[in-house]
Amino acid sequence: MAKPKFAMYWAASCGGCEIAVLNIAEKILDVDANFDVVFWPVAMDAKYKDVEGMSDGEITLCLFNGGIRNDENERLAKLLRKKSAVLVAFGSCANEGCIPGLANLTSGKAVIETAFSTVSTDNPHNVRPAYDYPAAEGELHIPRMYETLKTLDQVVPVDYYMPGCPPESHQIATVIDLVIAALKGEAKLPPAGAVIGAGNSTVCDECSRKRSEKLIKEFRRTWQIPMDQQECLLEQGILCSGMATRSGCNARCPAANMPCIGCYGPAPDVVDQGARMMSAVSSVIDSKDPAEIERILDGIVDPAGTFYRFGLASSLLHRAKAQ
Amino acid sequence: MSEKVGVYICHCGANIAGVVDVAALSHWAGELPDVAVARDYKFMCSSLGQELIEKDIQELGLTRVVVAACSPHLHEATFRNCCKRAGLNPYLFEMASIREQVSWVTANKTVALEKSKALISGAVHRVIHNQALEPIIVDINPNVLVVGGGITGIQAALEIADAGYHVYLVEREPSIGGHMAQFDKTFPTLDCSACILTPKMFSAGTHPNITLLTWSEVEKVDGYVGNFTVKVRQKARKVNTELCTGCGICEQKCPKKVIDTVFEAGMGLRKAVYTPFPQAVPKYPVMDVQNCTFFQKGTCKACEKFCPTGAIDFKQEDKVVSFDVGNIILATGWDLFDCRRIPQYGYGRLANVYNSLEFERLSNAAGPTGGKVILRDGVTVPQSVGIIHCVGSRDKNYNPYCSAICCMQSLKFAHLVKEKTGAQVYNFYIDIRTPLKAYDEFYQHILETDETRFVRGKVAEVTDAARLPGEEGKLIIQVEDTLIGKQRRIPVDMVILSAGLEPRHDAKEVAKLFGIGCSADQWFIERHPKLDPVATMTEGVFVAGVCQGPKDIPLSVTQGAAAAARVIGLVNRKQVSLEPVRASVNAEQCSGCRICNNQCPFNAISFLVDKGVSEINPALCQGCGTCVAACPAGAITGSHYTNAQILSQIEGILEVELGQREAVPA
Repeated sequence: MAKPKFAMYWAASCGGCEIAVLNIAEKILDVDANFDVVFWPVAMDAKYKDVEGMSDGEITLCLFNGGIRNDENERLAKLLRKKSAVLVAFGSCANEGCIPGLANLTSGKAVIETAFSTVSTDNPHNVRPAYDYPAAEGELHIPRMYETLKTLDQVVPVDYYMPGCPPESHQIATVIDLVIAALKGEAKLPPAGAVIGAGNSTVCDECSRKRSEKLIKEFRRTWQIPMDQQECLLEQGILCSGMATRSGCNARCPAANMPCIGCYGPAPDVVDQGARMMSAVSSVIDSKDPAEIERILDGIVDPAGTFYRFGLASSLLHRAKAQ
Repeated sequence: MSEKVGVYICHCGANIAGVVDVAALSHWAGELPDVAVARDYKFMCSSLGQELIEKDIQELGLTRVVVAACSPHLHEATFRNCCKRAGLNPYLFEMASIREQVSWVTANKTVALEKSKALISGAVHRVIHNQALEPIIVDINPNVLVVGGGITGIQAALEIADAGYHVYLVEREPSIGGHMAQFDKTFPTLDCSACILTPKMFSAGTHPNITLLTWSEVEKVDGYVGNFTVKVRQKARKVNTELCTGCGICEQKCPKKVIDTVFEAGMGLRKAVYTPFPQAVPKYPVMDVQNCTFFQKGTCKACEKFCPTGAIDFKQEDKVVSFDVGNIILATGWDLFDCRRIPQYGYGRLANVYNSLEFERLSNAAGPTGGKVILRDGVTVPQSVGIIHCVGSRDKNYNPYCSAICCMQSLKFAHLVKEKTGAQVYNFYIDIRTPLKAYDEFYQHILETDETRFVRGKVAEVTDAARLPGEEGKLIIQVEDTLIGKQRRIPVDMVILSAGLEPRHDAKEVAKLFGIGCSADQWFIERHPKLDPVATMTEGVFVAGVCQGPKDIPLSVTQGAAAAARVIGLVNRKQVSLEPVRASVNAEQCSGCRICNNQCPFNAISFLVDKGVSEINPALCQGCGTCVAACPAGAITGSHYTNAQILSQIEGILEVELGQREAVPA
């Protein structure tokens, strides 16, 4: 009997998700033993037309990472949706937009301008990319960029969501084990639409730091104070997103004395992680004096980048108002 | 899940139908998904309108009801009851406000129709996610706390005690009686204030159902309607009340005299161990440790030496007592406007400028001058007296509100001055306000018989700088007489400032302590200014008297009695059903981050250390939603305000709104 088919694709993403999959170490051999890897651009040579030639639902499991930034991303998302029995939004970009989604604070044009003109850009002739180029061999085209970065499920229906930037290796391994067991009829897959490879509460649940009632007089950045190893980071004035972030990572960042930045996305049943964080943080500011409150809030240097670092594209607003 | 929604659109006579095309709206609503029936009717709130809904629930088997009409504030309860009568859980009802939010705010019929559609669409989307809720039933502790022992608090306490329930009456000062005990006569009848008050004080002091806690303050209140736990600090009197007979020898023997700034309003002296006035209830004195020679210098103890029962106890400490009550009445009264804040009137600088309480003491037969109206030199009888109305009231620089009592108080002063001194009296007023029973008659009487001059105008200045002949040694009142259109300078010997009433300086803290609201002026906020004047938004906490807003003695007594009646009514029911709109924590999703722990204004949240989660006491919770918003994990849900309900309502509204505009660009 032919092995079930496995595919993995990257759209607008950094490649970290691919590395996370490889980072499952010897477990990758189980993948190879149980699956026929048919399409994985980062790991093997494959052509889009090979996928197009497959019958619908032929790919058993497709891990799709990256957001939908351009028309090529969208085309592949639709193609892989059609050809895959189980499509997983894999990693923060596919789930909620992640860092590329922060571009939704501005326009596509401004993104191109910034990328091709900042001081760190080596662009002596001040060129800009052209979507179409008449080369000697014929007309060349590059994918057309969208104004708004979309998440995978804003484009196609998604079977499962696997959060994380990137998903933790132990969670990937668990999910792979589960899928293999399900294929053998030894386990049942969770109901469609479920979040897999993550916990059901928040990072605080996995964090061993000591917590008490919160009253914040000043927000500080990590380099501004020697951080206590035992006390809750938020209580020390460090903006830690653990309380608004889904569990599943074993609180790795707080364990390493760094604040949670929220990569596992919103907690179950939460619609907008950034809004949750903002309303929680504003609730515990310890002042009734408007001027002092302003001063305390000034300690949050980049609210959008802090609270919506991962979730802007999937937030209630999706983007800044279009020009 | 498929629901059968009934949508009912009220014309509210022409209130709504005059602007909103109710027929078109009803037709449109009938086409909405899940809507089984949509009707419009002249007055949905009428019994015929309600019967229409009840009939549909029963005959069409409606599972949800939306009424588009006035506001939930006005008629939500009406329609909830209507659903309940027809066998539908009242929380499966939703209201869309198309009067206050539509027809009353626009005359444009096109936008009115569109906005009505949006609000109804939101309500229909939301109501589908509404859940059936059952009221929470709790027992009521029959004991009552009354805070404030002025006439209002005394009245409330007596009403409740006479009805057979126990009252704890807490008073900050050494004696109950409040401001009324300081007054000379009361308007408009000119009864002696003490003569009508002291019998009530005595009754309160001896009533078997009243526990008097004077020289005491409430420190902490926990709980909810029917079940409050109260902590009261009894300040150390340094007098053992078990032994004290109130003979007054300690006060006689005490060598230290102090200016009495409270009861005598700074006009007289008291001792370091004292009862504020002879008819004080209770009769036990208190020791003013700050001024007691023994406490300050280590010797004296005259009071202890002479006390025949050994009741003086220098070592006595504050005592905190705790007790349970089911209801609370706040009757904390008022502070007098500090006339120093208007420096041009000279109070505190010019000796013979008095504020109203000082004059009350001056005129009071039991006061420091034995009721003689004389100047501060202690001998001179004034030949002319100016009474300035609205001092600190009806003035945007101080208080914008009318203090309600000053006109009548000033007329009373005018009469008393005339009666006692024969002096020429001038009243400087902006408007004379004498609206209640026998008030205007009193004013007319003063006008006709007392030869009092009335000058209509706001006084600019009271000065002792003489400019014209006849002004030397006088206080000159500079005023524009608006009735003759001239500036006038009127020399007088004495000026009485009819100072306004202000909320207690600590009203805000007291409001917070009892979980009620304060207006911008810091008067306590009643549940409804007309229809529920003594209840507050916190169930089981009532307000009465001036702490709710300026008012005179009859109204204060009325409110004290009204609050008592409300409390007695509640206590008689023995149980109370609480609105089931409460927050709850899903322990599975709570990770014990403790963000919510200090958010609850009702102290309903506790952290369970052993389980590492936070928990909400549903009886304490008032459903305000503060913790729901604060919870970063979405682990707290406010029933009747769930995410599903709110988000679907927004979607419903946007569906209509966005239908009018272009879709957002990709």
